Amino acid sequence: MSRDTIPGRNIALGTTLALVSLAVIAPLAAVVLSLNGITPEHLARAIASPDAIAAFRLTFVASLVAALIDLVLGSFVAWILVRYQFPGRPVLDALVDVPLAIPTAVTGITLATIYGGHGFLGAWLEPHGIHVAYTQIGVALALVFVGFPFVVRTVQPVLAEIPKDLEEAASSFGAGQTLTLRRVIFPLVFPAMLTGFALSLARALGEYGSVVFIAGNLPGKTEIAPLLIITRLEEYDYQGASAVATVLLIASFGMLLAINALQRRFSLARKMAT
Amino acid sequence: MSALRALAGALALAISVAPISALAEGTTLLNVSYDPTREFYSAYNSLFKEYWKKKTGVDVSINQSHGGSGAQARAVIEGLDADVVTLALAYDIDAIAQKSKLLSPDWAKRLPDESTPYTSTIVFLVRKGNPKHIKDWNDLVKPGVAVITPNPKTSGGARWNFLAAYNYGLRANHGDDGKARAYVTALFKNVPVLDSGARGATTSFTERGLGDVLLAWENEAFYAQREKPGAFDVIAPRTSILAEPPVAWIDVNVQKHDTAKLAKAYLEYLYAPEAQKLACKFGYRPRLTKILGSCGSHFAQMDLSTIRNFGGWDAAQKRFFGDGGVFDQIYQR
Repeated sequence: MSRDTIPGRNIALGTTLALVSLAVIAPLAAVVLSLNGITPEHLARAIASPDAIAAFRLTFVASLVAALIDLVLGSFVAWILVRYQFPGRPVLDALVDVPLAIPTAVTGITLATIYGGHGFLGAWLEPHGIHVAYTQIGVALALVFVGFPFVVRTVQPVLAEIPKDLEEAASSFGAGQTLTLRRVIFPLVFPAMLTGFALSLARALGEYGSVVFIAGNLPGKTEIAPLLIITRLEEYDYQGASAVATVLLIASFGMLLAINALQRRFSLARKMAT
Repeated sequence: MSALRALAGALALAISVAPISALAEGTTLLNVSYDPTREFYSAYNSLFKEYWKKKTGVDVSINQSHGGSGAQARAVIEGLDADVVTLALAYDIDAIAQKSKLLSPDWAKRLPDESTPYTSTIVFLVRKGNPKHIKDWNDLVKPGVAVITPNPKTSGGARWNFLAAYNYGLRANHGDDGKARAYVTALFKNVPVLDSGARGATTSFTERGLGDVLLAWENEAFYAQREKPGAFDVIAPRTSILAEPPVAWIDVNVQKHDTAKLAKAYLEYLYAPEAQKLACKFGYRPRLTKILGSCGSHFAQMDLSTIRNFGGWDAAQKRFFGDGGVFDQIYQR
């Protein structure tokens, strides 16, 4: 057996495994294990009733839309923060993290207040027939808000690393702005954009606190899947709650795996090209 | 080999963080309650501490925990060390008895009035001057009236709201279940938002200006009026339901903490005249009729049904709020 060069490897590995098991794997396993003994009929009722299907659809579609908006918006903000000097830049930089820091309930209540019929944005939008609060648009809006920092914070450091001479070199070879952006900058930041997208998507799928305040929570219309979990728990139906949670868990895990695979293939392809 | 040793390291660490049992003195109580009782119990705790000090010479401290009634019950089932629970409906304490065996199933018989020292009912809170002329339940199904009530699947208070509405539907239609169901279906067509808890619904109505009428606990309606004087009127419908929030001590926990005597006294004192007067002040209807007479001028005379008209909580829960129950059917077409 070969001896490791790094001392304390066993202790380090043991501690890490213990903490990961206690904090991450144990709760996840408990969710799946609590499904033990559930009857097929019960399972079908929990995850395939019309209300449940509508809730899953809303959660997945709204999360996807929100993550896509975050991707575009977040990349732009990262670009601005890295490439431009302007007064108030440190303030904007700090503001990006605010959605992660404030309690999600505050986010939800604030959004519902400003987009509600009496809020300063809602009062202006609703006469034009645009209803945001208590609609599916409101759900997506809350998800955009909570997922946005992830894209900025993953893209920003990668953009900052790109040397200016790379663009100058591209332009000296006669590449226009669009071509430089498309063929030089974009391939470098694309993996980071994917990571940011995946993180904000995962966050959106499980988000509860901010959404319940702006969703309206009407069954079959604006009820999200995490709210179904609370509903089942409120009936002391622990297995039903676990069933819904497991579907969300598997779906988010699958999506994250797929995005990671895509990212690996992309960086592999780039390595081969260079 | 090294993988095995790593696993052993993991196990050792897991064991070293095993539960450290708290040292229990018999002078601290944890009261696990629901949202709208926060103000009442902080006042009651001072009253009780004074009374207990005078009676026994012992200083006690009482901690409060508040949240949705169902969520609080689940916390106790899962090990929140409550000495006493004071929840929104008997169904939640029944659930603790059934799921955790922490207290005896006949807990309701241990204190007077099925262990419900104060009551409330469901009333309407409307905007000042009652611009939509809402007087009784039949006004709630009129077109253009927006009704705010939380989701009965996630809120104990909302279950009382729902049963109060259904009760009207039955009474107005000579006990015809089909017509009562049609009435609540029409009512929920006028509900634009289902908040998950009672305080959330109150906030939607009072702070965000949503809806024309809020179905609310009577004490919660008075609370809203106190918080924003001159903004709302309380309308008492002719019929409603007698909401009976129950209290119980948790046998296993009080034995463990050596607080059995204290916990029992804490709950029994709720029935004393001083405590009943305090409950009255915070908008709860006291059980003692002589107190009701002296302080209860703000309580309207109403014809109140009880949960027993619906066969008790177990039957009502299954029939109305269970999976595929009446509430689910309202939202399925």
